[in-house]
Amino acid sequence: MKVKYFEVVRTAAVILIALFLAFIIISLVSEQPLESIRIFLWEPLNTKGHIGNVIEMAIPLMFTGLAVSLLFKANLFNLGAEGLFYFSGVIAATLAIHLTLNSFMHPFVAILAGSLVGALLSAIPGILKAKWNVNELVSSLMFNNILFGIGLYILNYKLRDAQAFAAVSFKFEQTAMLTKLLPGTRIHTGLIIVLVLIVAAHFFLYKTKWGYEIRMTGANREFAQYSGMKTAKVIILVHLIAGFIAGMGGSVEVLGMYSRFQWSALPGYGLDGALVAMLAKNNPFSVIGAALFLAYIRIGADQMARFSDVPAEMISIVQAIIILLISAEQFLKFWKNRMLLKEAQRNV
Amino acid sequence: MSSLFDVIFTTEFAFSVLRVTTPILFAALGALISNRAGIINIGLEGIMLVAALTGVIASAYTGSAWLGLTGAVMAGTLIAGVLAFFTLKFKTHIILGGVAINMFASGGTVFILYLLSGDKGSSTSLPSKVLPTLDIPLLKDIPVLGPILSGHNVLTYMSILAVFVVYYLLKRTPLGLRIRSVGENPQAAQSVGVSVVKVQYTALLLSGFFAGLGGAYMSMGYLSLFTRDMIAGRGWIAIAAESMGRSTTVGTTLTSLLFGTADALANALQVLKIPAELIGTLPYVTTVIGLVIYAVSESRMRGKKLKEKG
Amino acid sequence: MTSQLLEMKNITKVYPNGVVANQKVQFSLSEGEIHAIVGENGAGKSTLMKMMFGMEAPSEGEIFLRGEPLKLTSPQDAIDKGIGMVHQHFMLVPSFTVAENMVLGMEPKKGVGINYSEAVRMTEEMSKKYNLHVNPKAKVEDLSVGMKQKIEILKALLRGAKILILDEPTAVLTPQETEELFRELKQLKEQGHTIVFISHKLKEVKAICDRITIMRAGKSEGVFLTRDVSEQDISKLMVGRDVVLKYDKISKPYGSDILSVNELSLSDETGKALLENVAFKVRSGEIVGIAGVEGNGQTQLVEALTGRLSVRRGSIAVKGTVIQGYDIGRIRSLGVSYIPEDRMRQGAAKEASISDNLISTQYRSKEMNSGLFLKGKTIGKLAAKLIEDFRVRCSGPAQPIGMLSGGNMQKVVVARECSTSPDLLIAEQPTRGVDVGAAQFIHQKLIELRDNGSGVLLISADLNEILELSDSLLVMYEGQIVAYLEEPSKVTEEELGLYMLGLQRQDDGQIRRAVES
Repeated sequence: MKVKYFEVVRTAAVILIALFLAFIIISLVSEQPLESIRIFLWEPLNTKGHIGNVIEMAIPLMFTGLAVSLLFKANLFNLGAEGLFYFSGVIAATLAIHLTLNSFMHPFVAILAGSLVGALLSAIPGILKAKWNVNELVSSLMFNNILFGIGLYILNYKLRDAQAFAAVSFKFEQTAMLTKLLPGTRIHTGLIIVLVLIVAAHFFLYKTKWGYEIRMTGANREFAQYSGMKTAKVIILVHLIAGFIAGMGGSVEVLGMYSRFQWSALPGYGLDGALVAMLAKNNPFSVIGAALFLAYIRIGADQMARFSDVPAEMISIVQAIIILLISAEQFLKFWKNRMLLKEAQRNV
Repeated sequence: MSSLFDVIFTTEFAFSVLRVTTPILFAALGALISNRAGIINIGLEGIMLVAALTGVIASAYTGSAWLGLTGAVMAGTLIAGVLAFFTLKFKTHIILGGVAINMFASGGTVFILYLLSGDKGSSTSLPSKVLPTLDIPLLKDIPVLGPILSGHNVLTYMSILAVFVVYYLLKRTPLGLRIRSVGENPQAAQSVGVSVVKVQYTALLLSGFFAGLGGAYMSMGYLSLFTRDMIAGRGWIAIAAESMGRSTTVGTTLTSLLFGTADALANALQVLKIPAELIGTLPYVTTVIGLVIYAVSESRMRGKKLKEKG
Repeated sequence: MTSQLLEMKNITKVYPNGVVANQKVQFSLSEGEIHAIVGENGAGKSTLMKMMFGMEAPSEGEIFLRGEPLKLTSPQDAIDKGIGMVHQHFMLVPSFTVAENMVLGMEPKKGVGINYSEAVRMTEEMSKKYNLHVNPKAKVEDLSVGMKQKIEILKALLRGAKILILDEPTAVLTPQETEELFRELKQLKEQGHTIVFISHKLKEVKAICDRITIMRAGKSEGVFLTRDVSEQDISKLMVGRDVVLKYDKISKPYGSDILSVNELSLSDETGKALLENVAFKVRSGEIVGIAGVEGNGQTQLVEALTGRLSVRRGSIAVKGTVIQGYDIGRIRSLGVSYIPEDRMRQGAAKEASISDNLISTQYRSKEMNSGLFLKGKTIGKLAAKLIEDFRVRCSGPAQPIGMLSGGNMQKVVVARECSTSPDLLIAEQPTRGVDVGAAQFIHQKLIELRDNGSGVLLISADLNEILELSDSLLVMYEGQIVAYLEEPSKVTEEELGLYMLGLQRQDDGQIRRAVES
């Protein structure tokens, strides 16, 4: 066993432990544990529709996971993707309702507007951090609540369809909605958008000077500063980009999956993005796999809640365990140490 | 505008400030203790939530509000212990660890609530108890002061007491000296045999204890039941209050009171014709402004230190 | 020889990052001796002591105290067994008073609180008993380095230390303070204490130690009675070659002024002067050294030169351009390079690759950038070349720099700063914590730069280094330049010590020569 495979093995071990824990919880609460576990593991892959569900759910997770990865890469603990995702969704919905454009320009304009609004709003905690070192974690979480409040106000007072039974907006124009890619599923063109974005982010991060600046600022801000980089600008830049991506995610999700805006609570994709980023070790390409995995266990839990007696919230316990272990430096470290000791002795 | 003043300059409003400050103050004191030990407890929000639910469940099943409180505090301490175990033993990143705790709490409480009551929204079906309010003899008869200070929940008085306890703890006791030394120079503490990990464990457990009190207050005082995500950012506001209070007991208490006032204002203004959605953001807006003011003054001071007269 | 008080047998220590710090090391300590452990930086002295003090656990091997096996899991264990340690970096809490620092971890109680007056009394008693004078109620952050060291020794004694480990205690002291420390140590020895003295200063070792254990590359090279071995013998065993620093420098006339500093003054928020009328210049082809006990304004001077502190009074000019208000990026673009004092904090990004660390000051240049993308191939070639030129021992340019040893990491930093052919190089403690081989290599590179016409400003606490490398030398004391010495190699350490301690000062005319000559 080589030391360099350590991280891969470790991630796999974390996932296995988390799943094992999920089984234990299911066994404890379910009347028919085996059946529940079968549903949990198998149902998401069982039908084309369910696989579609997994991919549908992975799309927003990839958006937010990518946004959070960039922030984490710059060593910024900003969890504001949640509020941006929501608020940009409101913006895109507004334009989807009120604009009259052709079916290419309409989603394009709505998504672009949502993304830009996301970028601008994201810049606020970024500027506060860069200029005065305001704790971005607390400020971004406060912004989530603020943006949610304003978004909900817009929904209830400006967009709300009084004819509808629930607190939902007017119907979107048909032209605004994203095209479905695969018949029999709701997978939409957002998938292509996010995959292109991930490739672009990879090149940006590893092949351009701006990406280099972001990585160095994240690795050691003082070092970057000392080398002559303007780290304040870098921090604002990464906030702008992450906000843009999160905002785009919210807009795409609204136009791809719904025909009315109907979130009366924060949808949670922003915080999930943090989990995706951690699983992906902040690497853009790995975000795809991490988002698919998270979507898989989510859909599994949803199916289980529907067809057995285990509530879907169980999954948040599993997620917490994954975060705790995946970010635990010492987890399985003894094993790595033993390998290092062996290698060192071999070299002596 | 006059109606605004009508709302604010009343004894009811002053009373409500104390009422809504209580959970923030408890959590902020918790944040203070762990921060002084050099370890930031991001999980306060989740800890409060778990404690709030535990308080409801324990009091419903034992029929005693006090046992409910005990359960809540134990749950808060336990969750803090889990966080401490992972961050101190497994070296989980403290911020991510806190995020995990919060994620666990927001889903896990609903999970357990559903298992016990069949309801995912609130604990209405559980016969939970409420902690008593106290009318303070003599004080309650004093005009103005009486209606403001008397008749609060017992935990509100405990939160005020807790300020003094924490002050004495940090300033005058061996544990406080050790907590401060670990926060300021952990190597120094370690070199004289003070176990940094043990002190940080203790500090995190204490922070969980105080956050637990805050959580219990939410479901057994502020309200009389548990509702989904009922902490609503108070744990985070507490963290902001602690940092704005410059990590001192007095400062933290004052900033908690400030944020409590914003919260009370948000509640009071609901009688006016401003949409509730917007008013609801007031405490968060205040917190952001507070954070910015604090950070700007900090960086001014730093700048001053460096520049000063040439 | 007296009985063996403490023995360490076959000690091996492998750190989690794979560094083998100690390999089958033997060490023994006799009661009542002063025992030196010498070795160059990175030889494993500190690691060995950390294991003796319970801060690290040996990967293999055993420790015996008075013949009994000793298992130490924490410093508290060591303290309980009568082992105390004075660390190189003081283990004091700055905001606490002396008395609070003294009793931390063993606080006298009154009820549930601390009995502060008892703490003060204990401090005074110890201070009297061992003739180490301190003020119990002073705040530690206000005290001098020598005073802090006294507190550290007292702290160990208060905890009943019979064995006292001193980790490079003289590194931060002036020659005069060092002498005072030696008097105190001898007194402690007479009172029955056993002292382990870690150092790489052979003169000091010869002066006060009874026996010497020599370490090299993580292994022990043997134990000797001090009187049996000469300094040359020791140094040979330490490095396997003579360590005496001697460099052949071609003497060339200096060129134009690269850096001129004039009447630079700076004070902190309390109005205390940090720098006072500092004036000097660095010319092309010249290495100007700045000597001084740490904390006498060198840091602030470097911060002012590199744009971290803005200057209100006085001026700094690089090649005639006044740089007031410039940030470090702009200053660098004038042809200035800077080797920072702390490579972990500023000099390197630990998790980033060696290659990423090498290009951080020039990734913006045309050679590395084709508009949108970085030129991967050019960067790869440059990295490979620098790694070879600077003999950086690593597995390749993609290896994270944090995996390298201190010396190799510093070589990367120096390689980066030299690779841009700077007109001015500011080198702040360029060889601190670096093994002798790497240090010599770095010295050669600095001389090479000078010979090629760069100006070098060298700030160092290592007297050997600064006396040997500098073409001219400035001594700083309390924010002022107190001496300008044109032939540093002819200055003795004692003479330098007088300036560094502020006991002696040249007249203003002599000091002015730093700008006017």
